[in-house]
Amino acid sequence: MRFLLNGVEVTPEAPPMARLLDVLREQCGLTGTKEGCGEGECGACTVLIDGEAVCSCLVPAAQVEGAEVTTIEGLGDDHPLAHAFMDEVGAQCGICTPGMILTATTLGPRPSLARIREGLAGNLCRCTGYEAIYRAVRKAT
Amino acid sequence: MTEAVGRSVPRKDGIGKATGRAKYADDLVFPDMLHGRTIRSTVPCGRLAGVRHALGPSFTVVDWRDIPGRNVVALIADDQPCLVEREIRHAAEPVLLLAHADRETLLSAWVALEEEAATPVFDPEQSPTAFKTILIEKGTLDAGFARADLVIEGTYRTGAQEHVYIEPNGVIAVPEGGGIAVYGSIQCPYYVHAALVTLLGDAVTHVRVVQTETGGGFGGKEEYPSMIAGHAALLALRARRPVKLIYDRQEDMEATTRRHPSIVRHRTGVTRDGTLVAMDVEVILDGGAYVTLSPVVLSRGTLHAAGPYRCEHVRIAGRAMFTNTPPNGAFRGFGAPQTQFAVEVHMDRIAEALGMDPIRLRDRNALRPGDTTATGQVLGADCSAREVLRAAVRKSGYRRKRKAWAGTDRGIGLSLFWHGSGFTGSGELKLASRATVELTATGVRILTSSTEIGQGTRTMHAQIVADAMGIPYEQVEVAVPDTAVVPDSGPTVASRTCMIVGGILQRAAERLRAQLAGLSPAEAFRRLGPLAVTEQYVQPEWIRWDEERYRGDAYATYAYGCNVAEVRLDRDTWEVRPLKVTAVTDVGKAIHPALATGQIEGGTVQGVGFALLEQVVMRNGAVANAQLTNYLIPTTLDTPALDVVLLEHPYPGGPFGAKGLGELPIDGPAPALVNAIRSLGLDLRAIPAVPERIMEAACASS
Amino acid sequence: MRTAVSTLTLLRPRTLSQALRLLADEEPPVPLAGATDLYVALNAGTLEGSRFLDLWSLGPLRRITMRGGTLSIGALATYTALRKSRHVRRHLPMLSAAAREVGGLQIQNRGTLGGNVANGSPAGDTLPVLAAAEAVVVLRSRAGERRVPFGAYYTGYRESVRRPDELIVAIEVPPVEGVQWFRKVGTRAAQAISKVVMAGVRGPAPRLALGSVAPTVVRLPRTEAALARGDLEAGARALAEEIHPIDDVRSTADYRRGVAVNLLRRFWADTDPATRR
Repeated sequence: MRFLLNGVEVTPEAPPMARLLDVLREQCGLTGTKEGCGEGECGACTVLIDGEAVCSCLVPAAQVEGAEVTTIEGLGDDHPLAHAFMDEVGAQCGICTPGMILTATTLGPRPSLARIREGLAGNLCRCTGYEAIYRAVRKAT
Repeated sequence: MTEAVGRSVPRKDGIGKATGRAKYADDLVFPDMLHGRTIRSTVPCGRLAGVRHALGPSFTVVDWRDIPGRNVVALIADDQPCLVEREIRHAAEPVLLLAHADRETLLSAWVALEEEAATPVFDPEQSPTAFKTILIEKGTLDAGFARADLVIEGTYRTGAQEHVYIEPNGVIAVPEGGGIAVYGSIQCPYYVHAALVTLLGDAVTHVRVVQTETGGGFGGKEEYPSMIAGHAALLALRARRPVKLIYDRQEDMEATTRRHPSIVRHRTGVTRDGTLVAMDVEVILDGGAYVTLSPVVLSRGTLHAAGPYRCEHVRIAGRAMFTNTPPNGAFRGFGAPQTQFAVEVHMDRIAEALGMDPIRLRDRNALRPGDTTATGQVLGADCSAREVLRAAVRKSGYRRKRKAWAGTDRGIGLSLFWHGSGFTGSGELKLASRATVELTATGVRILTSSTEIGQGTRTMHAQIVADAMGIPYEQVEVAVPDTAVVPDSGPTVASRTCMIVGGILQRAAERLRAQLAGLSPAEAFRRLGPLAVTEQYVQPEWIRWDEERYRGDAYATYAYGCNVAEVRLDRDTWEVRPLKVTAVTDVGKAIHPALATGQIEGGTVQGVGFALLEQVVMRNGAVANAQLTNYLIPTTLDTPALDVVLLEHPYPGGPFGAKGLGELPIDGPAPALVNAIRSLGLDLRAIPAVPERIMEAACASS
Repeated sequence: MRTAVSTLTLLRPRTLSQALRLLADEEPPVPLAGATDLYVALNAGTLEGSRFLDLWSLGPLRRITMRGGTLSIGALATYTALRKSRHVRRHLPMLSAAAREVGGLQIQNRGTLGGNVANGSPAGDTLPVLAAAEAVVVLRSRAGERRVPFGAYYTGYRESVRRPDELIVAIEVPPVEGVQWFRKVGTRAAQAISKVVMAGVRGPAPRLALGSVAPTVVRLPRTEAALARGDLEAGARALAEEIHPIDDVRSTADYRRGVAVNLLRRFWADTDPATRR
């Protein structure tokens, strides 16, 4: 299979029904994408496919053939959301943070609090109570 | 130089977490690593008659006979086997361990257990076995009740709660020379160390435990990692290869610990003017199938059962009972959220019985400096129960809203609560925790076994050391908790990491600073070479504790909180939406205000889940809803607006006046929310207050 | 992850006719699109079947169009697409409302209307909407196309009239006359599986459909008849008899029955022409 991963073409070998999550973590070595539940509830495995947030634990690897996949590693060190999450303590244990940040990138410019809350409803965080995450997203976008 | 304490400096671990670089257990790969799998009992009670399988030589297989040391998960009573021998006491109890290089082969391995089922016990009140009983007595109950104008009784129940750390339990065991190293998602490296030494005995020359980045703990990685680390270590020693054992969500929810379900009965005598004159409290905890931490959970539960109130005549009788369910264990709050749910809902019922404003009732009875607790402890000047109460009432507009919302679908309720900092009684003395500060080429390094599990340990400790040393925060680094490197600073539990370990670090840093004679650490390192100072916990000399009679200074001090919860009830669906929680919290000193606020916000929302959503459904002793689809924790759309207010009445014995913080925030939300529902005319005495339960209460009241 | 994925086959047709040809096989593969239901089973190790048919790239099945007064929604239209569609918002606002409450953003980006119908869970959020709208399921096979009224589509718990060689290609919705109403009850405010889900249309002939209260989504003819007479109380009594809820890990039969009756009253009050502007 062949797809664009964080802007670079990759050709990992994986069964077509492998979870995209496993292909990213094991074949591509990008462990920033986390597994929290394996059922699309927690959003820790969120990545972008052609710019849309998806749970990579629910995506057959074959379906990203020819697509553009973005993981947390693809945002680099200087992404405004990464810094805002640092500054506002939007990350505590940090396991939900990559997925949270990737979903937040799809919320558009200057999202309202209501929009942030609705948009992030598929990303569970057990540490923060979400408030610091709202502060971070509002600061960065 | 700007001081670090009191400022929200950047988290030490912020950028790694925000860029995905931080490495959690499942992110690590070792050469020749195998994957592990656990075969578990399916009946809640019975005997293991046999195990059948036909696994080829490519599998590593371990059962209890392969345990070189003692077959126990060493903790308090050492009654829990690491692997079942004959007796099965709960569903999902580990029986057999498998490892294989290929996960799909491992998955398809066929193993059959022959189990002979016996009759289980699920009701803690019907259980014949108490793991622990505790009796706290103050004054004479009869004398108290003789003065009472009114006696109010009630029974209150709380359900089990899943931790739902987003990273499930997981470890990797790696043979290392003649010893074993375990890397994993753990709160207490030295607990795991001690358990492995007991389990492995002479089979290893050494045991080393290293914490990986940990995706949440909340108590759920306090005792359980000793079990999973033991399993991985047994497989790794057998295979002579590294073994990774990571639970998926379902296995984690089926097999690991939960918050103890509770039944608490109150019988309280009051005078007409609202003075509490007698409190008789019975606390029953469902301990599950093994002792694990139940005695200490019961201890904290009973010690908080009378709430932050003064009363001359008190009896608190507690018991932790055996049942055939997976052992219940440590969970943020550790018994106190259960007993404080009971007392705080009971307080609102007392106010109703008296026809009194619930705030006035609380204000009248709230502990003040110089008052004595149920164990006879005299409280110091930092006791601020009334201050947090008054601040919360003022800040939330409680009185105005309560009046304005009467007869609507909006309700408002309140809870006043406290939480003892550190281990109970002489526990800290027994732990004798140590912590080290050492020079490096660029500053100093902190060596402790206190783990960062999201709460901000690294950052907060570095702030304390920076200011105690008089050096910039950036010059302080924090070592990875690795038992080969760091001293035993005790477990990362019991709201002790700041007040107790932070206090030890402060003294170590001060002593190191004195030895530098004015040199900067880097300069001193160049001139003097490596220099390290280790300090050990010193108990304040005034602390007296009688473990037999449960009398004396149960905790060095207490932190106080008051929650005001506002809710809206949908009478079509009986769903309660939490609208807002005002959380006034006094932790003595907020070392890092943003981290402290984050702890309070996060703990409050966990408390909202505990109160309204989170229900563990058990069927024949097994979890029937072991998925996040069916066990619901709050999402962004379920959380109330949060107004966090920090008060600071410093505790002179804590670093910069700080007390314990981590657990306090989860004590208050459940009773505040249920009291808010109560203000709508619904008499609810059990949580979670799921719509089904609220509907029942509504039917009962109409 | 509890399924050995290397043992599974995924067929990847490029066109609908290729897909239909593959489905005509003696052992037809299991169709798969956004995989939001199927991969939950794959993760849990409860997935049935070993050959799958990937429909995700069949672009033409994503279209949402108006033909005459009929709204035609391609089976592969995602919940996100349903939320964004002007046609859906205008002609079937209760479907927009349902789509908005399905899972989180990530699920809405992947889950499809055809998948919700094909999966056939009695708790499927969009199913009461389609039932109340008297939608038509368009099934196609190599032998041709047939249109099945939604009310005749399900034959039992997760069972339908769809033959293994047929594919759901579209859902057609004739003009809906009246005020539309939707409500999902799931304890949690977001991405919950429904405990009761109701869709209603208040028009000349009121229509009402409920999910999570019986083995399949149900229309309530006797309740509707009572409502048509303007007799809400008789409707409430009929409703309690026309649904067959059970106790399960999510809720109780008593709760579901009580709430369903309450929702009926709420629907009737919310859509009362006397108070609506």
